[in-house]
Amino acid sequence: MSSLLLRTATRFLITLLLLFSVFLLLRGHNEPGGGFVAGLVAATAVALYATAYDIDAARRLLRFEPGLIAGGGLLLALASGLPGLFAGGGFLTGQWYDLRLGPSGVVSVGTPLFFDIGVFMVVLGATVTAVLWLKEE
Amino acid sequence: MTNGLLIAVFSLAALAGIAPLLHRVLGRRAAIAMAALPAALFVYFFSFSAAIEEGETFRASLQWIPSLNLAFTLNLDGLSQVFALLITGIGALILIYASAYLGEGEHRGRFYSFLLVFMASMLGLVLSDNIITLFVFWELTSISSYALIGFEHTRDSARKSALQALLVTSGGGLVMLAGLILLAFAGGSWSLSDLAQMGGELPDHALALPALLMIAMGAFTKSAQFPFHFWLPNAMAAPTPVSAYLHSATMVKAGVYLLARLHPALGEVALWTPLLMTFGGSTMLLTAWLALRESDIKRVLAFSTVSALGTLVFLLGLGSSAAIKAAMVFLVGHALYKGALFMLAGGIDHETGTRDLTRLSGLRRAMPITAVAAVLAAISMAGIPPALGFMGKETLYDATLHAGSGAALLAAAALVTGVLTMIAAGYVGLRPFIGPVSETPRHAHQGSPGLWAPPLFLAALGIAFGFLATSLAVRIFEPAVAVVYGQPASVELVFWPGFGTVVVMSVATILVGTVGSIYLHAIRRLVARLTLPERYSTAAAYDALVESLKPISEGHTLLLQSGYLRRYITTILLTTTILVGSLLLFNGGLAAPSGWADARFHEVAIAFMILAAAGMAALTKSRLRAVVALGASGYGVALVYMLFGAPDLAMTQFFVETLTVILFVSVFRHIPTIGQDSPTASRIRDAFIAVAAGAVMTALVWAVLDVPVTDSVSNFYRENSYVLAHGRNVVNTILVDFRGLDTMGEIAVLATAAIGVVALLRLLPGREGRE
Repeated sequence: MSSLLLRTATRFLITLLLLFSVFLLLRGHNEPGGGFVAGLVAATAVALYATAYDIDAARRLLRFEPGLIAGGGLLLALASGLPGLFAGGGFLTGQWYDLRLGPSGVVSVGTPLFFDIGVFMVVLGATVTAVLWLKEE
Repeated sequence: MTNGLLIAVFSLAALAGIAPLLHRVLGRRAAIAMAALPAALFVYFFSFSAAIEEGETFRASLQWIPSLNLAFTLNLDGLSQVFALLITGIGALILIYASAYLGEGEHRGRFYSFLLVFMASMLGLVLSDNIITLFVFWELTSISSYALIGFEHTRDSARKSALQALLVTSGGGLVMLAGLILLAFAGGSWSLSDLAQMGGELPDHALALPALLMIAMGAFTKSAQFPFHFWLPNAMAAPTPVSAYLHSATMVKAGVYLLARLHPALGEVALWTPLLMTFGGSTMLLTAWLALRESDIKRVLAFSTVSALGTLVFLLGLGSSAAIKAAMVFLVGHALYKGALFMLAGGIDHETGTRDLTRLSGLRRAMPITAVAAVLAAISMAGIPPALGFMGKETLYDATLHAGSGAALLAAAALVTGVLTMIAAGYVGLRPFIGPVSETPRHAHQGSPGLWAPPLFLAALGIAFGFLATSLAVRIFEPAVAVVYGQPASVELVFWPGFGTVVVMSVATILVGTVGSIYLHAIRRLVARLTLPERYSTAAAYDALVESLKPISEGHTLLLQSGYLRRYITTILLTTTILVGSLLLFNGGLAAPSGWADARFHEVAIAFMILAAAGMAALTKSRLRAVVALGASGYGVALVYMLFGAPDLAMTQFFVETLTVILFVSVFRHIPTIGQDSPTASRIRDAFIAVAAGAVMTALVWAVLDVPVTDSVSNFYRENSYVLAHGRNVVNTILVDFRGLDTMGEIAVLATAAIGVVALLRLLPGREGRE
């Protein structure tokens, strides 16, 4: 499918979609969002790109094999469960650390964030795998 | 608490994990380095012997599933110690031997990994105090044995033998699990040491007899008792280090171990003695006889191993203190000489290129050290003084003579077995080395030290232990006998017990055995003529059983796995509809919703939009319109989520719908044109199924609405999401924190599904070459 309209629109849309997916991922803990839906948004962006350009372009956009992204996400999610285990709680017990940014800013970072990033990567990787393989048909 | 026991088991398991890596770095020297661990564990276990001699036991415990009363408890007592010493001691020698025997080649790291997994599980098995832990280790030994027998998996016979061993031993293991659970119910405890102390109460329990029968089934299959004996000779398809270790010295004795362990608990059940003595006795005699029919050294040794296992079961069945003593002495004696003979057989195979005894003779000059080791081991096997095997046989004869009624018959059976075993010992341990030098496929020569040093060491120990018997008896055998017999008993091992029937029997065995060895060929011809042909054997029955299962499995696979997505969907929908529908109908769950009047205009509008889109998807003739209509109805559902306060769900639904439409469009040209393929009859049938499924789902939702909602769960999350999980989005905190493990499982499934998609699409024609 080589439509000039779609290509031009995609160039703007993909930036917005990917930004939106990161936004959803990070705000997910307090507002609607989270790793799962963020992964779907990012996968939609890749699928749109593959439709407007071609599959190889979409693969280049990702830089890594989708399978590798999914596997890495699974490992990250697993690893995020370990600090809880070592801290004396059970596996996956959330651990939170306060990061000081400048004189007044404090950001609370916890292992669930990394778990959510893992979920994001698995959803993105698995969905893109299926989309790209089916598109190659 | 002796946590070292836990470390012992887990360190072997950990070494199994890094074995392939070690092998990659160190090459064939890796196995020798790895042998240091079991050797150290041998010393460790031996260090307990002084305390165990005083009657102490050592425990280590780890909580596993407290809510199920399941603890990972290890217990080291006299009986466990004997087995632990055999497992670690022979294990270290086997690793050294394997590095020489296997040399360089493919998958060596994997081999050592399997071998160490086995070592860890076998050690866990003999140390377990908890019944379930014991069972888990029991199955692990079966599985590692499967991997090791089938190690040379490119050979058809290796795969077949591996599967046979697995089916027989794990089939028996399954029956045994039921028996062990019954035993735990009968005794009211999952701890083997508790059960052993129950003494007289347990045998009177109604469940004791079925428990015994089922546990015996597991023990008999594992220890290759007749009629399940056939898997063990076939397991000789494994590389020789495996045969020497698993299939003679350790794993096959697991059944014997379990029976010995349960003797104090179940020994008084009326059927114990007849059951064990019948099966053990017939196995002992029959396979000692069958051993002489074979001409492959490993198969001769395998049959004679089965005979020895039969002897052990027979002695445990007898159950007197003399019989238990005999069992323990025989067990250790057998492990030493049989392990040695197997390793030597592998060495002969390695250096001459054949294991066929009819083609091997006069090797004494070419392989002098192997010859010395083999003769030493054969002396022990034949039961000639001063070997430990001699004492094993003496105590066996002694136990049968004191059996009370029927003693003469039992003694005769033991005597015949003794003679046949001695002939077999001469057959494998002496014959290949004497006589004229034979032509062999490879030029025979003494192999590398790794091939002869470990068996020579074991064989020499078999002789040396004969001289050390008195101190060994007090240190090792007495504590073991005390555990099995249930009360302390003194073990005296001497060369000359004073003139009596036992001495007469021993002398007779050696005389007849010597004459028999001289006329070996005549005896082998006699055995071949008097044995039933193969088609009447239990092995043939096993083959017939497996063959008869094939059409059944083929039939139900064809029935259930049609390969058509629409049939699977039909099956799922119909099952759900019928099950849920009948429940609603007959259990009075039907309810009509109230509050129609409260519906707002936009809610009704969305409902109609969903209905219209769904109707269009079902009725349209255009593929594109169907896909788009499906998407529209999905968006409608997402709007409903939005309206009723589930933004996370709504967002996810939006993107899932979007992606689904994209996917449909991608594979558009593969979707059949609507209405072309399906005859009207099947369309009507599909419509009926769809309407029924929709109606049941509607009724179900109405029924759910009728149930008063309890807020406690939602309130818990609402109140605690920020306090405990640092998040205000309740849904997200549930996903990543409260129920994180569920999410973990789900993403694992998702990743697996992606692999499945790739695998399926790669199978399409014309796709082989693609990445």
